[in-house]
Amino acid sequence: MEKTYEEINEKIKSGKAVVVTAEELIGLSEEKGLSRAAAEVDVVTTGTFAPMCSSGAFLSFGHTSPRIRMQKVWLNGVSAYAGIAAVDAYIGATEVPDDDPLNKNYPGGFPYGGGHVIQDLVAGRPIKLKALSYGTDCYPRKDIETEISLDEINEAILFNPRNAYQNYNCAVNLSDRTVYTYMGMLRPHMENANFSTSGQLSPLFKDPHLKAIGVGTKIFLGGGVGYVAWNGTQHSPSMLNIDGKEVCGSGGTLALIGDLKQMSPKWLAGLSILGYGASLAVGVGVPIPILNEESAYYAALKDEDLYAPVVNYGTDYPAREGKALCYVSYADLKSGKISVDDREVRTAPLSSIPKAREIAATLKAWILESGFLLTKPVKSLASPEDQIKLNFLNENKEKGV
Amino acid sequence: MKSKMIVLRFDMDTSVKPVIYRLVKDYDLVVNIAQANVNPQKRGKMVLEVSGEKCEEGLDYLRGLGVTVQSLDREIRRDEDKCFMCGACTGVCPTGALYLRHPSMEVAFDENNCIICGLCVKLCPVKAMEVRL
Repeated sequence: MEKTYEEINEKIKSGKAVVVTAEELIGLSEEKGLSRAAAEVDVVTTGTFAPMCSSGAFLSFGHTSPRIRMQKVWLNGVSAYAGIAAVDAYIGATEVPDDDPLNKNYPGGFPYGGGHVIQDLVAGRPIKLKALSYGTDCYPRKDIETEISLDEINEAILFNPRNAYQNYNCAVNLSDRTVYTYMGMLRPHMENANFSTSGQLSPLFKDPHLKAIGVGTKIFLGGGVGYVAWNGTQHSPSMLNIDGKEVCGSGGTLALIGDLKQMSPKWLAGLSILGYGASLAVGVGVPIPILNEESAYYAALKDEDLYAPVVNYGTDYPAREGKALCYVSYADLKSGKISVDDREVRTAPLSSIPKAREIAATLKAWILESGFLLTKPVKSLASPEDQIKLNFLNENKEKGV
Repeated sequence: MKSKMIVLRFDMDTSVKPVIYRLVKDYDLVVNIAQANVNPQKRGKMVLEVSGEKCEEGLDYLRGLGVTVQSLDREIRRDEDKCFMCGACTGVCPTGALYLRHPSMEVAFDENNCIICGLCVKLCPVKAMEVRL
């Protein structure tokens, strides 16, 4: 049994497609068996809503009179990168105001940053724009302070260089002091453990060999329609063999793009992560076509089958030692406690499971009711078989220069 | 007997008096101090679990001294619109007042178990938890 994108899209157009969420597929597969579920189901929808720091937006403000080639730009006091042409800038999710006390008052609160600017923009709230320049013959103006809103500016393109991690570390802290990380507050001596994927609902978990998701895949992004633009930075998918179990590594990532003007503040939320910085929670949902039994097999993997590496963020992670203390299932992680070294450790998610579920259901409704069609990738992304290894950044003396 | 959680606020004069002793001795109340502190200006705050038949009389005694008595449930609030149910707070809440419902994984808040330690307020990435002091 093989289906094609064209056949599935024809079924969507004629209202005959069977579309289920990843969790519904799990139920269906348990009830009817994988083969029948694979034959019946055309599309599986996934979802995730979690902090995704490598996010931001390109903004193009419109020209002033006289013209300015904005060299430095601030939005609500948060610096945006303006080393691109004239009135374009990129606001990154983790940027914070120049006068933020940062971690001088440890742990810093980071009440407002780039993620909040993006959420305010999407919410239609006015944003203070300040820009400076050095003045040229063609762009004589040297400064401007005004207010902008999403409606008024010409373009606003969400472009997230690294989103939707395939899998992610479960963070613990084996040191003897509390640490404040992008994985939340971690108490000493492994008192708590935080994890951050939606497990059985997570997009790349359901397509670990990247056979369905590729450049051009049309997705749910921030409440609107977006696309996979490229692989995410640090994309290095892998499949590991841990005690005879096939475990999806953490390396697969996606770069995502979409028109910010049709997105929603509900699905792009500015975050203040104590002691770490500002960020953005991004809602992402990816439809996965069930082309054959293999794609159904992976899409039907459940929390019991999916494992996260437990990593010590007290000492190992900051020192770039990423070694896994052990692997724990998402079923255990979601139950509220895991067992590490025969010790029971309390767990908490940083990724909203209820919202992930809502995204998968929304995407399902878009396909069934609004004619959201699937796009066949125009270019495949590197898969685990490509065995991408990431380079490290070393100081010159380490290189022997 | 049903106990209740209350917040007491003391000024410079009352914070130095052994008022909890009087609650126990004179009003026969069962008290459990969940949190107590006095700032350098000698103003104090105490979170107290209290039960007993003469509970109201005891609290009236405190009010008579000028101690502010508030029910704890008016102290903390979750902004339901802001909370996106990530669950980060559930890992650090010391009393389990913030917890995950299974299998929905929705974040629930049981105000009765809250001792307003304020950890969730600092930690919540979208500032959905507010302590009204």
